[in-house]
Amino acid sequence: MSSTAQAIHHEEHHQSFFERWFMSTNHKDIGTLYLLFSFLMLFVGGSFAMLIRAELFEPGMQLMQPYFFNELTSMHGLVMIFGVIMPSFVGLANWMIPMQIGAPDMALPRLNNLSFWILPFAFILLLSTFFMPGGAPAAGWTMYPPLVLQGGESIAFMIFAIHLMGISSILGSINIIATILNLRAPGLDLLKMPMFCWSWLITSFLVIAVMPVLAGAVTMMLFDRFFGTNFFNAGAGGDPVMYQHVFWFFGHPEVYIMILPAFGIISEIVPTFARKPLFGYKAMVYAIACIAFLSFIVWSHHMFTVGLPLGAEVFFMFSTMLIAVPTGVKIFNWVTTMWKGSLSFETPMLWAIGFIVLFSIGGFSGVMMALVPADFQYYGTYFIVAHFHYVLVGGALFSIIGAVYYWLPKWSGHMYSTFWSKLHFWSSVISVNVLFFPQQFLGFAGMPRRIPDYNVAFADWNMVSSIGGFWFGASQLILVGVVVHCVFFSKAKATSRVWEHAYGLEWTLPSPAPHHSFTVPPVIDDSQLAHGDVSH
Amino acid sequence: MSSSNCKRRIVGAGAAFGALLVSMAAAANPVPWQMNLPKGATPVSQQIWNLHMAALWVCVALGVLVFGAMFIAMVRFRRSKGAVAETWSHNTLLEIGWTVVPVLILIGLAAPATLLTREMYNSTDAVMTVKVTGYQWLWRYDYISYDGKPVTKVPTIYSRLAADSNAARQLDSGISPYSIKAPDGTNDYLLDVTHPLVIPAGVKVRFLITADDVIHGWWVPDFAAKRDAIPGIMNDAWAKVDKPGTYLGQCYVLCGQDHSAMPVVVKVLPREEFNAWLTAQQNAATLDKAARTARVEPQQPVPAKG
Repeated sequence: MSSTAQAIHHEEHHQSFFERWFMSTNHKDIGTLYLLFSFLMLFVGGSFAMLIRAELFEPGMQLMQPYFFNELTSMHGLVMIFGVIMPSFVGLANWMIPMQIGAPDMALPRLNNLSFWILPFAFILLLSTFFMPGGAPAAGWTMYPPLVLQGGESIAFMIFAIHLMGISSILGSINIIATILNLRAPGLDLLKMPMFCWSWLITSFLVIAVMPVLAGAVTMMLFDRFFGTNFFNAGAGGDPVMYQHVFWFFGHPEVYIMILPAFGIISEIVPTFARKPLFGYKAMVYAIACIAFLSFIVWSHHMFTVGLPLGAEVFFMFSTMLIAVPTGVKIFNWVTTMWKGSLSFETPMLWAIGFIVLFSIGGFSGVMMALVPADFQYYGTYFIVAHFHYVLVGGALFSIIGAVYYWLPKWSGHMYSTFWSKLHFWSSVISVNVLFFPQQFLGFAGMPRRIPDYNVAFADWNMVSSIGGFWFGASQLILVGVVVHCVFFSKAKATSRVWEHAYGLEWTLPSPAPHHSFTVPPVIDDSQLAHGDVSH
Repeated sequence: MSSSNCKRRIVGAGAAFGALLVSMAAAANPVPWQMNLPKGATPVSQQIWNLHMAALWVCVALGVLVFGAMFIAMVRFRRSKGAVAETWSHNTLLEIGWTVVPVLILIGLAAPATLLTREMYNSTDAVMTVKVTGYQWLWRYDYISYDGKPVTKVPTIYSRLAADSNAARQLDSGISPYSIKAPDGTNDYLLDVTHPLVIPAGVKVRFLITADDVIHGWWVPDFAAKRDAIPGIMNDAWAKVDKPGTYLGQCYVLCGQDHSAMPVVVKVLPREEFNAWLTAQQNAATLDKAARTARVEPQQPVPAKG
């Protein structure tokens, strides 16, 4: 099997550079492009964050005008969400799903090429707004009208960029669904699939369901700004709160779009290094499905203070708290997977454990802010900022980095530096807490979010947070070094299994994986699957 | 930041840590190194604080449980110590347990939260009603009614950022935020206004909250009174503040470039003092109006100058 694959692997290398990287229909090359793009955007969005933390280092305005600060916070959010977290998960899906289900490639390779190549153009449009008269959009990543409508012409570019990102992610999701439903090797039932495939299957449906909702919201905004409609203009009978409802009907499932694939990744890594099957595989699948469903009926918890009727407040409080139950199941299952295992702490396992702890902290603050009366004291403060950075940086980003360290030897065929990758972990996990833990205190003390300047009472924790921020930002440069070294300079060959107890079809392929993953469908041997045993 | 500032900051930080415990009780202002929500000055804010602490301790307990179990697993079941992995992957009883128990815990938190939400939504029987309007970037306060009677003669209060803070907050102003002090010596950088809202102590005051241009947010943490100020929509919140004093808050919804420069300051006066203040305001308004009317009478048309 593998020799055939390798023969084809060599055959494929007659492509020119341009053909390979620009006209590619290969899931691995496109996956690489996605990952490189999101890596680049991580540093773009990260540099905005560094500027934000630099201005917030001490009270008073030192570096920039307040309006530019607002441009930075808005673009930081948009770039990190649409340019880093989402594309990197799609990149991982591109690389891993065909290899995990025994397919030669994605089901729709040309669509795959299109869905990636939309992204660079979308981000050129988005980032070009910085150089336009009136500057970049500065109403936050949530783009609430009427404030956003005060922005310059650049908001048209932002809206078109969002349309493009939406199209890109919808096409990507269609491709993932088509691949998983059609290209599984014979005998690989849905309930034998790795958790990563399950998490992406469900996530894809979320993407298809809610991206058009966002497109609708920003299109109404476009019409209000340029074509004289009044969807959100209270002065002409419109309703600014309607935007928030529509936006968060997209926005809450979006939150899970950015965390469900992370759940999949962690469910892959933990059993490998615990040398024990994933605890409660079926429960994990149901929990993800359950979270995905609930994500559609909780959106107004982002709006507890807009003046909803009492009944709505109570309903959204209950539905939001319900999400803690399946999420709790997932965390308990990971911990129980580790219980009575035979643990070793290679780099991916460190990031997975970091994920479990940091994501749980973010989850705890989520439960606290689900309580309506308490949320009245938290809403709009740094407590919220701390919460979603714990789940998005400590959660989503940690899982992505963990996934890179888990599968990089499979991709490149080389092992990376254990020392530097572990240093990267320890440096990141300490600094991320120095960065975000104090923000919870700032929120409790009443510091509003999205402000460039603050009372001196908030100065000390802000300085601590900024130091953590610069430290965390600098730590990510280690990742660049580790990846470049691994891909181009590492002499240590990776075995096909890579990790002693790694099970699943991707580990039956040689490292580096051949250009076309499985040209002949593999014969499924349940004992070689990560989740072969579902009988009970 | 100048080096003298830096030294003062370091000395101040130590002092502030000591002051933290003392000031947490009164907690009208945020204090350096503050780590928790203020208890506030109203029955509602007290109850929210209790709920917040209950939720916090539940989270801490669950955290200790989950992270503790994980830590024990990481110490006891290491391969380097010769641990051999077991192969089980199911335990129905355990799985049912950790589905049901969290539900019970959540109900335990949600029940009091629901009752408290209902109380926060009950703004009936207010003794006083004030309309709050957010603008870019100031708050406007209009007294609507008091003691069952409409208030008509009290002038509107326009509440802007105080001039000293405004000067200091400009880019390269050269004025240290640490030098902006209230008369009592506390730092009120970005938390002081030209004219605060004045309300009576001990009675239920209802705030009708709206905005004129973009969405703002009116919030006084110590009152736990907080609502978005939205153009075209009239929200309401209420507070019954028993302890007279000056209470601070800030706009919490991004409202443009000077979002950080529209603080909320509410002065709570004992009832008699407030009544006297209100009468004085009404008289002043009447006098002012009389003066203006009087001034108009003798005015002659001014010849236009070339």
